[in-house]
Amino acid sequence: MSFLISLLWATHAATAQGILFGVMALGVYITFRVLDFPDMTCDGSFVLGGCVSAVLIVKAGWNPYVTLIVAVLAGGASGAITAFLHNKCKIPAILSGILTMTALYSINIRVMGQANTTLLGVDTVVSMVKDILPESIQGIANFTNWVVIVLGCIFVTLVTMFMYWFFGTEIGCAIRATGNNGDMVRALGEDTDKMKMLGLVIGNSLVALSGALVAQSQGYADVGMGVGTIVIGLASIVIGEVIMSRARTFKFRLISILLGAVIYRVIIAWVLQMGLKATDLKLLTALVVAIALTIPKMLGATAASKATISMKGGDSNAKH
Amino acid sequence: MLNINEVYKTFNPGTINEKKALNGVNLNLNSEDFVTVIGGNGAGKSTILNMIAGVYPIDRGSIILDGIDITYLPEHKRAHYLGRVFQDPMKGTASNMEIQENLAIAYRRGKKRGLSWGITKAEKEKFHEELKVLGLGLEDRMTSKVGLLSGGQRQALTLLMATLQKPKLLLLDEHTAALDPKTARNVLSLTNEIIQADKLTAIMITHNMKDAIKYGNRLIMMHEGRVVYDVAGEEKKNLQVSDLLAKFEQASGGEFANDRMMLA
Ligand SMILES: Nc1ncnc2c1ncn2[C@@H]1O[C@H](COP(=O)(O)OP(=O)(O)OP(=O)(O)O)[C@@H](O)[C@H]1O
Ligand SMILES: [Mg+2]
Repeated sequence: MSFLISLLWATHAATAQGILFGVMALGVYITFRVLDFPDMTCDGSFVLGGCVSAVLIVKAGWNPYVTLIVAVLAGGASGAITAFLHNKCKIPAILSGILTMTALYSINIRVMGQANTTLLGVDTVVSMVKDILPESIQGIANFTNWVVIVLGCIFVTLVTMFMYWFFGTEIGCAIRATGNNGDMVRALGEDTDKMKMLGLVIGNSLVALSGALVAQSQGYADVGMGVGTIVIGLASIVIGEVIMSRARTFKFRLISILLGAVIYRVIIAWVLQMGLKATDLKLLTALVVAIALTIPKMLGATAASKATISMKGGDSNAKH
Repeated sequence: MLNINEVYKTFNPGTINEKKALNGVNLNLNSEDFVTVIGGNGAGKSTILNMIAGVYPIDRGSIILDGIDITYLPEHKRAHYLGRVFQDPMKGTASNMEIQENLAIAYRRGKKRGLSWGITKAEKEKFHEELKVLGLGLEDRMTSKVGLLSGGQRQALTLLMATLQKPKLLLLDEHTAALDPKTARNVLSLTNEIIQADKLTAIMITHNMKDAIKYGNRLIMMHEGRVVYDVAGEEKKNLQVSDLLAKFEQASGGEFANDRMMLA
């Protein structure tokens, strides 16, 4: 019984975390899938978002919500650097991201002046909402998690709506086409370097936003909090694809990613409850991604086209 | 209309893979010229189209299109003036996107892309009408992914995309070579219809000498990175395949024409 209760409690917290990580997964989806750019920047930009936000709250006393905007801008800038390394310096995509990610490790420590920043006793996006809610509901079980869940849902809805709109615009369509067939896009008069730049900026902005939200909700930013971000993002995407393999339209694909992010967190919480060491998580995550990437290929014989469509770039069926 | 002056291109210079692809190409096109290009493998046909389109920079020379010096313009800027169809049917379209989305992107060639909707209602109606002209029934499948189309359908669509905004110059690089003979014939006659109807200036590479004679008002032959034969008007109309083979042997110094040209 106590095991069940603790599992349920863990799931609550996991759901809350999963929603916030969902924003990151959407960002990773933009770079990896829509743009077909294997962008490793996100391990660094996730932390950058968290650091910038935490430092501005703790050291500068900024409103936690305003710090989110700065986190978004900082994340966008890191995406722009990766795009610059790739477009102008002609460095391969993976390496460009790794270089930015590596540089960000030092920058993140510079930003904080140390390896971590705690947010205990200061306002956060979560505490501010809690404060304005009436006393009467403050006592309900898992109150904080509920607040995070509701807040996360609001952010996720805004981000999803933005993405749905943006990738339906002229520029958005050109970015999707760039991930699908760059030769065609250039032949049709659009600068693919510019499109990659935009995609990386937007993707990493979302990743940094997620990092800021996660830092604020967990109460600290830490230079190591981004390790494996990419893999978690990919895990969310592929879990979403496996559970909603029929989701062909862009809208449902976005929703599947969010579901994937939550399910990923719940699985993690679950195995931790079952006694797995936290340090073994990365191994588990890598396994989850490897398995989830393999399943569609194995089912491939019958549904080959479906799987390949969902594995390649330009992967967005925005329908208007 | 198009002036190509003394264009040289060497790939991988200074290495063992060095390859002089273009050796001083000169070519002047008049407005509404429809030029067919023939020549053996490696003659530099694709390379000259790629130089016009700006896929690679040229080493020397200049390319002037309709009075605009495009020699140093990046590929995507030249695309404002150019329509292109490639040999590979996969290369001209985005397979994971809808037919109408592909058309909408093509419709914005040469225009600034902004944050307005990627495809409007009026455009959908326009595309519906344009697709009808192809006679392939694609107008009823506008929301299908292009990846589901056959090679011939994709080439027809690419052709429509290349000409949706009237280009100053249409570049066709063996765009029917990957299709079965019947489909190739259809796409070719469609190409001819579009070029005539829109009064386009066009360059078409082909390995089929009959087609090279049948279509267009002018024919050029390339060999070792040069234009070795240039014929237009009545003289071109009266050409026979045997004349071309003779020319080819003459150009290659009596060697046998290569298999692909013999077969064509
Ligand atoms: N990107 C490149 N890098 C190196 N060499 C190249 C490149 N593109 C073309 N070449 C070389 O330049 C020469 C001319 O090639 P091109 O593709 O223009 O020939 P082509 O006339 O189109 O022949 P085909 O009939 O086979 O298409 C060839 O020897 C080819 O190997
Ligand atoms: Mg060629």
